[in-house]
Formats: sequence, structure tokens, C-alpha cells
Amino acid sequence: MYRFIPPKIAQKIMTGVFWASGLLTILILLVIIGYVLLKGLPVVNFEFIFADPVNSGRSGGIFPFIMSSIYVTLIAVLVATPLGVGAAVYLSEYAGENRLVKLIRFGAETLSSIPSIVFGLFGLAFFVIYMGLGWSVLSGGLTLALMALPTILSASEVSIESINKSYAEGSLALGATKWQTIYKVVIPAALPGITTGVILGMGRAIAEAAAVLYTVGAALMIPTSIMDAARPLPLHLYILATEGLSMDNAWGTAAVLVIMILIITVVTNTLVDRYRKKMMGR
Amino acid sequence: MEYRIEVENLNVHFDELHILKDVSLKIPKNAVTSLIGPSGCGKSTFIRTLNRMNDMISTFKMDGTVLLDGKDIYDPKVDVVDLRKKVGMVFQKPNPFPKSIFDNVAYGLRVHGINDKDILEQKVEESLKSAALWDEVKNILDKSAMGLSGGQQQRLCIARTIAVEPEVILMDEPCSALDPISTTKIEDLIHKLKNDFTIIIVTHNMQQATRVSKHTAFFLHGEIVESGLTEKIFIEPEDKRTEDYITGRFG
Amino acid sequence: MSKWNEEFFIEKGLLLTAISSVIVIALIIIFIFREGLPALQSVGFFSFLFGMEWAPSNGQYGIFPMIIGSLGITALSLLMAVPLGVFCAIFLSEIAPSKIRKILNPTIQTLAGIPSVVYGFFGLVLLVPFMRVQFGGTGFSMFTASVILTVMILPIIVSVSEDALRSIPVEYKEASLALGATHWQTIKNVIFPAAIPGIITSVILGMGRAIGETLAIIMVAGNVVQIPGSIMDPVRALTSNIAIEMGYATGVHYNALFATGIVLVFMIIVLLVIANYFHYKKKVTIGGGYL
Repeated sequence: MYRFIPPKIAQKIMTGVFWASGLLTILILLVIIGYVLLKGLPVVNFEFIFADPVNSGRSGGIFPFIMSSIYVTLIAVLVATPLGVGAAVYLSEYAGENRLVKLIRFGAETLSSIPSIVFGLFGLAFFVIYMGLGWSVLSGGLTLALMALPTILSASEVSIESINKSYAEGSLALGATKWQTIYKVVIPAALPGITTGVILGMGRAIAEAAAVLYTVGAALMIPTSIMDAARPLPLHLYILATEGLSMDNAWGTAAVLVIMILIITVVTNTLVDRYRKKMMGR
Repeated sequence: MEYRIEVENLNVHFDELHILKDVSLKIPKNAVTSLIGPSGCGKSTFIRTLNRMNDMISTFKMDGTVLLDGKDIYDPKVDVVDLRKKVGMVFQKPNPFPKSIFDNVAYGLRVHGINDKDILEQKVEESLKSAALWDEVKNILDKSAMGLSGGQQQRLCIARTIAVEPEVILMDEPCSALDPISTTKIEDLIHKLKNDFTIIIVTHNMQQATRVSKHTAFFLHGEIVESGLTEKIFIEPEDKRTEDYITGRFG
Repeated sequence: MSKWNEEFFIEKGLLLTAISSVIVIALIIIFIFREGLPALQSVGFFSFLFGMEWAPSNGQYGIFPMIIGSLGITALSLLMAVPLGVFCAIFLSEIAPSKIRKILNPTIQTLAGIPSVVYGFFGLVLLVPFMRVQFGGTGFSMFTASVILTVMILPIIVSVSEDALRSIPVEYKEASLALGATHWQTIKNVIFPAAIPGIITSVILGMGRAIGETLAIIMVAGNVVQIPGSIMDPVRALTSNIAIEMGYATGVHYNALFATGIVLVFMIIVLLVIANYFHYKKKVTIGGGYL
């Protein structure tokens, strides 16, 4: 304990240190977001967003890449949501504590920690080559679905478990079957939490580049089918930056990505806020 | 009579809620004072005002004066840390730290700069003896306090409080989480401690108030209805509401 | 179909979705091994793990410098992110007024959501030139990569540590303050020690993220296969190795990149097992005690 620094002075010093670390974190974010927007926003206009790239992206717009991002993210969410929510319902409503459940939880936990490049490797070996899907929106989307799965699962499980058990008991007491109860009472009540989980999973899929690096190709055209190759925004940014094609367009792409993430953060926060207020009965 | 604490016209608000209304009370030196009353009457808020524990709550607002040995404890110049050294507190639920029994008792001493091993050992032993716990734990001082029974934990918390040698000990329903045998032990302990400390105890249990305290104050809806010698309050209360409460007609 | 039958099939259907994560993990491990094992067989397990030379054109596949690169970048970024993150978590849980909390929480969420390529790009355009001017060399280095990674793992350390700190019963804090301890003494001697298992978990999770990060590191670390002589030397991480070379790898080279993936998965699983151990301990030591 303090032999040299009197407690009250230590208290003052440490309060300062804590404030400094909190403010430093805010500052880091402000610098990064501020700089990206400052450099990127002047590039972003109607044409940049809605035009095709010219000369491999050296100039022109990013429309095909926005569409690619939307497509792969959509596939990821469409595949991962039923799996994640179903698993969450099973874990919280049906399963007891047994070996299988422990295994499932360890599986989900491992899945959420596997490096994205390993997902990319798997996507390449399994979807692209083994299943013969090739470099395509489908391969990329399925790979991203696996990454979004644990996010959706855990958020859904938390929100289902937080539903008051008496709701379900009330429904069961009226002669409803377990599944009717889950379908009509538990899931609707947990919906805001599940939605938050889906949006978070979406955020993970939109931001990912390493996992699609070798699964989706790098096409410059708008994909017309799920078997077409594509180029989601983060991948485009990576290619622009590492191949030194165009710094201006790279900043613009970065700004679009950051704005997407900001929107996602605001939306999830609003949802969670509303959900909490509703749960508190206001 | 000598008073250790004098509270005058104390009002406490949490946000819009008016918890304590114009409360005035004098706490005699080296004696036990009980605070009784139904749940939510403001007793706990009252004693938490005496060591400024309510300062932790951001919506807390108060006016009025609280004097400890004649000095206003809410004076901006007063150091809360020094105040709490003088006014110790035992909580409703036993709350030992997840540390060894020895470290629990030594905690307050170390915090106040005592690091000498011999002094620590001596003080820990004294405090545990005063708290009537020494014989039960002297061989397991390095074991975790979490392994003790609820009653032992509460006596450990009392020992921990005594160790920093406060003038006043606040006890917020110290027996409410304990079984009858442990409760008796704590009450015996309070009897022993009253010679050296000024003790204020919040209790739901009216028999307990009659057993341990010389003075009693009856709280209702944030006001003190009646206060004085315990015997008088329980045998010939002046106020009808006091009589209703102690005869079990409400609360 | 009778009600009972319907319920039966629904339960089995849900079970199927539940085990999908396990199936996926199994498939990942099977396929990574299937593609990676041939390289381990032809190169040899030890010469692969501990070989110092990575020269696919000469048939040399040693990943030791990259293991060191990954671990070095991770250690360095933890060195910076853990103190800052834990202090920030304590600030959030104990000190910050609610107004500041309302700014800081979304800030941390946003930091967690920003795509890693944006961090990498930011590092490439701003941090690398800055390092070049300040410290000489190319600016691409293990240190530059760790600075970027620090920002990337900060959110997970802050949020998990904050959770751990908040879960400490308020009774401990009250007891300490009531004994006349200052707030800092209370944090240091009671709240922080009780939260250590959770804080360790946060550090392990941050470590996992750091080891797994790929593109941001490629963009700033320099990617030279060598054991760094100083933190200002360029290095290549295991993840970067895969991402950089997979585009043109064939034959044993292709398999060797999958074998690099095996090493990564193994590292992550070890971390998870450690994290689980602390999680378990947390349940035992905290929260018991009343009666």
C-alpha cells in the first residue's frame, strides 16, 4: 500500500489518469473518423456512389462494389439468422445442461474467435473448390454467414433468456404447446434483441475483407446472379490501397464504409434503448 | 447528557422523492440508539447520511445540519475519508471482501498506512477478540472469509470496523440475514461494545430494539414520530402512531 | 400431423440448427487439415514450425519467423492496449459521469465496428509516413502494426473488463469506503482484484483478435519474413502470409498456407481453453458468500 504517496494525493493523481485514458479513447476515435471523413467526404457525391468504376477503379464510382456488399451481406444474414435464432431458441428453451449443450457453446465460442483469414481459407477449400461454387457472391456470402452466425446466436440467446419466464408459463397454462408459446410469445418479446443481433452480424459481414479475399473474386461489374464474382467495398478499399491505384477513391470508399458503420451503431443503440425502456414498462 | 451526533432539520431528496422530512435527532455518546419503523420509512437513508454514504448516489440532495462532536460533517472542508474513519458502518448483508480473514480485518489499517506486520497482527487479534470471533478463527486466519458462516461473516465485518477505531458504529439491520443463534451472538457483542463506541442500529425487530438499546427513535414516512428512552417508547408512547406500530397494528 | 408429432419435429429441427456451429467448426478443421496436412508431411512438422527460411520457389517452408512476427505484434499491442483499456474500463464503471459514459460507450462500439481495412488504410497513409519521419527506415514495422492493432483491440478489452468490473457487488465497494478508504484505494484493493478473472478474459479475447487480424497488419507491417532485430523492423504475421500468397500459390505452397492456418487455429483454441478456465474460476470465487 502507499508508503510514499499519501492516499489523498494518490486519489487525485489516479482520478486524473482515469479521465485521461477515457478522453484519449474518445480522441482516438475522433481523429480516425474525423480524418477519414475529412479526406473522403469531398470525393463522395451522387456520381461516386452511383457510377461504375473507370480504369479498374482509378476513377469513376463504386456502385458495383456497394451492390456487391449488399448482396453478400444479404446472403450472410439470410443464412445465418434462421440458424442463429433456431440455435438460440434450442439452447434457452429446450436444452438442459448436458455435454451436447457444452459442446454447442464451445463450438459457437470457437467460431466467434476463429481468425477471418481462416474462414477465408475454409471458404476457398469448401465452397469455392469442394462444392464447386467458384469465386462468387454465393461463396463469399456463405463464408460471411459462418462469421455472422455466432454474433446472431449469442445476442438472440441473451434476449430470449431475459424474457420473463412467467410469460411463457401463462401461455402454457392456457393449453398452448411449447412451440406455439415460443412462436407467439417468446420470440415476439425477444424480437428487438434478436434484431440487434442480426444488425450486429450484418455489421461484421459488411466490414469483412479477409474472409472474402479468396472466395468472392474481385470483379468490377455489378453481379447479375449469385454465381457471379463480385467485389465488396472493404475488398475494393484493400485493393485500391495496396495496389496504389487511387488514394482519392480509397478515401471515398473508406468514408462510405465508416458512414455505414456509424449508421449501424446508431440504429442498434436506438433499438437497444427502446427495448430497455419497454422492458422497464415505460 | 453528552451527545456525539446532533442532527437538525435534515431533509433528504432522491430526485423528486422526499425521503427524510425535517428530521432532528440527538445521539448520546457511548450508548446504543435504535432506529425503528416500517420498511421505506427512511431509517437506512438516515444512517447512511451520518457517514455520507449517500454521496455515492448521484440523485442525492440534502439540507439541514449533521454535527459530529459539534462539527458539521457536510462542511465543504470536511474530508469524507476522514469522516468515514471516525464513523464506521456494518451493513445489512455481511459483506466481507473475497480475501483472507486476516486481510479483511487488516484492510482498514493498511488503507490508513499501517504496514508494520507486528502491529497488524496485534490489532487484528484485538479486533477479532472484541468481535467475539477470535476463538473460532484464530487457526484459519489465512483462509478465505467467504468460507465462514453468515453470522461469523457479520462478526468479521464488525471486527473489521472496530479495527480502524471509529467513534461511532452505524449498523444497518445487521441481523436481518442471520439465524436466531447468530443474532444472539451479535446482540451480546453490541452490549459489550457500547462502553467504547457510540452505536446506532437500524432494526426491524422491536424485541431487538428493547434488548440492545438505551434510546430509540421511531421513523414513519420519513419523519421521526417519537424519540427518547427505549423503555418509555415501548411502555408509554406519547404518540398514537408509535403505539400502533409497536403493538403490531401496522408495518 | 398430431400436435405431439409436430412438437417432436420442431424440437429436432431446432436441435439441428443448434449443432450447426459444431458442424461448421468440424468442417473448418477437417478442410484446413485436409489441405494443410500434405505440406506438413512433405516438409516435416518440425522443419515447418521451426524452419527459419520461407522460400516457396526453393521449396523451403519454415514459418518460425512469422510465428515470432505474430506473437511480437500481439505482445506489443497488448502492452499498450491493456493498460489503456483497463483504465478506460475503470473510468467507465467507476468514475465517468453518466453524460461522459453516454459518449464513451458508443465511441467504443464504433471503434469495434470500423472495418479493419479502414484501420489499415489509415495506418498506411498516416502512421507509416509519420513513423518514417520520426524513427527512420521505411515506416513499415512491427511497432507500426502494433499501434494500429492497439486501437483495434481496445474496444474488446474495454467492454469485457467494464462488464467484469460492473459485476462486482456494490457491497464490497461500500464496505471499503465505509472503512475510510479512498475511492482509488477501493478500486485498487477491492474492485480490481475481484474483477481480475474477467479482466484476464478480456485480455485473452483481445489477444485472439490481435493474432487473427490480417489485412490491417499487411498494410503496415512491411511483411518481410525475418525475425525482427528491433521493434522498428518490418515483420510478417502468420495471417498476412496466407493472405499475401494464396493468390498465386499452387501445390505444396498452397498446402503450406493451409498448414499456416492450422497453426493459427491451434493458437486460438489454446487461448479459448485458457479463457474458459478463468471464466470457470470467476464463477467459483465471486458472488458466493452470503450465508
